Amino acid sequence: MQDTDLIYTDIDRYLAEHERKDILRFLTCGSVDDGKSTLIGRLLHDVHAVHEDTLAATTRDSKSFGTQSGELDLALLVDGLKAEREQGITIDVAYRSFTTARRKFIIADTPGHEQFTRNMVTGASTSDLAVILIDARSGVVSQTRRHTVITSLLGIQHLIIAVNKMDLVGYSEARFDEIRGQYEAFARQLPSCQMEFVPVVATTGAFVVERSPTMQWYSSATLLELLEHAPVRNATDDGPFRFGVQWVNRPNLDFRGYAGTLASGSVRVGDTVVALPSHKASRVARIVTFDGDLDVAYPPLAITLTLEDEIDLSRGDMLVSKQTLPIVTKEFDATCVWMDDASPLVVGKEYLLKHGVHTTPVTLACVVSRLDIETLAHAAATTLHFNEIGEVSLLAAQPIAFDPYSVIRTTGAAILIDRWTNQTAGALMLRGATPPNARWTAKPRSGAMNVNPSVVTSEERRTRFGTLPRTLLFYGPHGGGKSRLARAVERALFDLGQIAVVLDAHAMRQGLSRDLGFSREDRSENLRRSMEVAKTLNDAGILVLAACSAPDAAVRDAARVLIGEAQFIGVHVDAPHSDDARACDAPQARDLKIGVLDLADEAALGRAVQAVLTTLAPRALQ
Amino acid sequence: MLRTLSHLRELEAESIFIFREVVASFERPVMLYSIGKDSSVLLQLARKAFFPAKPPFPLLHVDTTWKFQEMYKFRDEYAVKELGLDVRVHVNEEARAAGINPFDHGSRKYTDLTKTVGLKQALTAGKYDAAFGGARRDEEKSRAKERVFSFRDTQHRWEPRAQRPELWNIYNTQVNPGESIRVFPLSNWTELDVWQYIHLEKIPIVPLYFAAQRPIVMRHGVPIMVDDARMRLEPGEVPRMESVRFRTLGCYPLSGAIHSTATTLPEIIREMMIARMSERQGRVIDHDGSGSMEEKKKEGYF
Repeated sequence: MQDTDLIYTDIDRYLAEHERKDILRFLTCGSVDDGKSTLIGRLLHDVHAVHEDTLAATTRDSKSFGTQSGELDLALLVDGLKAEREQGITIDVAYRSFTTARRKFIIADTPGHEQFTRNMVTGASTSDLAVILIDARSGVVSQTRRHTVITSLLGIQHLIIAVNKMDLVGYSEARFDEIRGQYEAFARQLPSCQMEFVPVVATTGAFVVERSPTMQWYSSATLLELLEHAPVRNATDDGPFRFGVQWVNRPNLDFRGYAGTLASGSVRVGDTVVALPSHKASRVARIVTFDGDLDVAYPPLAITLTLEDEIDLSRGDMLVSKQTLPIVTKEFDATCVWMDDASPLVVGKEYLLKHGVHTTPVTLACVVSRLDIETLAHAAATTLHFNEIGEVSLLAAQPIAFDPYSVIRTTGAAILIDRWTNQTAGALMLRGATPPNARWTAKPRSGAMNVNPSVVTSEERRTRFGTLPRTLLFYGPHGGGKSRLARAVERALFDLGQIAVVLDAHAMRQGLSRDLGFSREDRSENLRRSMEVAKTLNDAGILVLAACSAPDAAVRDAARVLIGEAQFIGVHVDAPHSDDARACDAPQARDLKIGVLDLADEAALGRAVQAVLTTLAPRALQ
Repeated sequence: MLRTLSHLRELEAESIFIFREVVASFERPVMLYSIGKDSSVLLQLARKAFFPAKPPFPLLHVDTTWKFQEMYKFRDEYAVKELGLDVRVHVNEEARAAGINPFDHGSRKYTDLTKTVGLKQALTAGKYDAAFGGARRDEEKSRAKERVFSFRDTQHRWEPRAQRPELWNIYNTQVNPGESIRVFPLSNWTELDVWQYIHLEKIPIVPLYFAAQRPIVMRHGVPIMVDDARMRLEPGEVPRMESVRFRTLGCYPLSGAIHSTATTLPEIIREMMIARMSERQGRVIDHDGSGSMEEKKKEGYF
């Protein structure tokens, strides 16, 4: 029952109670014929959120536009724009609100057909919960699966599955259970979230707001009851403190405040906070608001902070908790939904990234894969078209501070803006810094292609060359002599009548890798190219001695995978106390460790060569 | 620990975020000030957003010259004198010179010339690239799909197909020279939220919202207040003093009153909840046909 009685009897109490209500933002999704507009119309009508004259106009409209043979068509309460009314379908996200005794609701109503991904993603981005509508006659269809996948991608943790048109399946409990089973089987493939099922008849209102004797077998909550009791997650204030500086407030020389909205965590006067990207620390002096200073503030409050120290902070910078820092990087990966119907995503093109209140140019480095939202399979891709979803890597002009979207929604979301048209071209759910071995696992842009197999057998090659083809990776800090050792091994093998090819990272940089610098990613890429060449040579039966500093253990692991476990041998050559040595990960346990090599000592070099040959011997020199 | 903000505090925080985002991103923002209750709430939120600074933009009142006298008085005493804000008033002088008035030219033509055209003139003259307005999504069906940041071309036109998707609270603020954005910080508020907030925050509003004895004549079954000597009376017609109030304020000859004895905010809210009449019922403009607000918006009406 509504709280309208109080309006008559005790308006002051009504107002006091109304002040305490919270807001639940939810999304409704269904395909064209599921009766979604009717369901929302029914919800608004039955909670008395429709004004009398609107109802009168809708009753008139029902005679000319209605689909209920002249009876009141509740869908017309919510189908707004003339164009769509004439088409009989909705074409954009509409926001509507209503209030019950318990809380205020904001519905994002999204259409279920063309452009649906863009609209649904938009509606889902601000929602805590989604109502997924299923036509009881059709059960779980491909649209249902697509809608569910999108709510999952956007991080919605709570779903209500409303099985509508139960009257058209004879109010059958068996049918309801069957649909529930279908849906649960499908949803198991996605990250878990809370799911509730309710049978409804939008046209008559059964189990929307009111109960109904038509389904005696159903004794649980109505749709409205489920909505009223769903937990609201308006912010993650148990997370780490995150605050984007939105505007610097300087009304006079004595006041310098940083205005912004708490995105996560709480902040107290006296807290130590760190400014990003500068990493300078200070303490919170005041939490200023129009209604007086606060001792502590929580999301999503809009506040103004002053700090004890004068540190350089401008719009777009972030203040964060000292204990839990976000990721700060220029290179990052994201799930991208392409929203521009005029042009597809272009790799290498510069877009504007708007992340929270920070805007920076960003280059789309690569498309890793495209998601098939029917099958949940990731396929190789070189671009994303309108309404497509994929994994991408980006390179920003300035470092950005963020958390993975799956951890903190407010600091993990961003949009891409086309700099030519100013259109909002993409939605990004940030995943993390681009791992250094990302290129090692990327699918070929050109997709799978046929390669003619060799007509020379490996047995024939072995007979010809006298060795099993291996790749030895000599790695370690700069200046340790790994390249010199590789050359010495080449000499020793040659003297034994064996063929070996040396791939020196420095030589690579003169040719095949002349486009690369010395960033972590470029070093990884240089090694990847060496390893691709090594693999080709191995396939041709030839032993490879590669020399490369390869400081990242993860990258060396990627090299081992690329070459093949049986073919790959790591040889670690250390160097004394250089900065470069400290920047290197420890060698892998299974690798041959030469230690620090005294390059002036020929005998020591000879012993090292012998150690390598011995490692090789049981496999390569048999 | 998870805390939930009450809905009014959450709406307030959302609106403050929008105000700040515009001021940080645009060169010449302006706030459209209609003197009504929504403008009063908008003003309160703007004061909160930039405190301790004053709102760093002017207020623009597009004056049709037919507003209620109490509205002019409220504007000058509250916004200008008490708050010390920069209130700029624009009148479509061509329309004034041509004697355009609500009696002879019909509500549609009159509104177009004095409000829509006047607004465009003022926005162009001020080179404003962002204009705050008090529109809410609950006011009218076509507004349910309006963005918070509503894109306008160089002719101030709204094109439904050109509107940008709005995700999370990340607003695309990019515009080319001459283009602009209308911004609606109250998008997610309802009429009840607005009244409730006025009550909670004790925000000053024009006294016409409260019931009082006022000189009334009936037009098409709607009480119209005789606010000054320009009101055209039928031969022999004598205004009667009746207890009325207004749910929306505009030009007095076009603003229908309702009979009421509500003199406090709780009483007004009670009447509103019980009457269940749409807010715009008093505005003659929406009776032109069910798609009319949408067409007006395309032409640049706020």
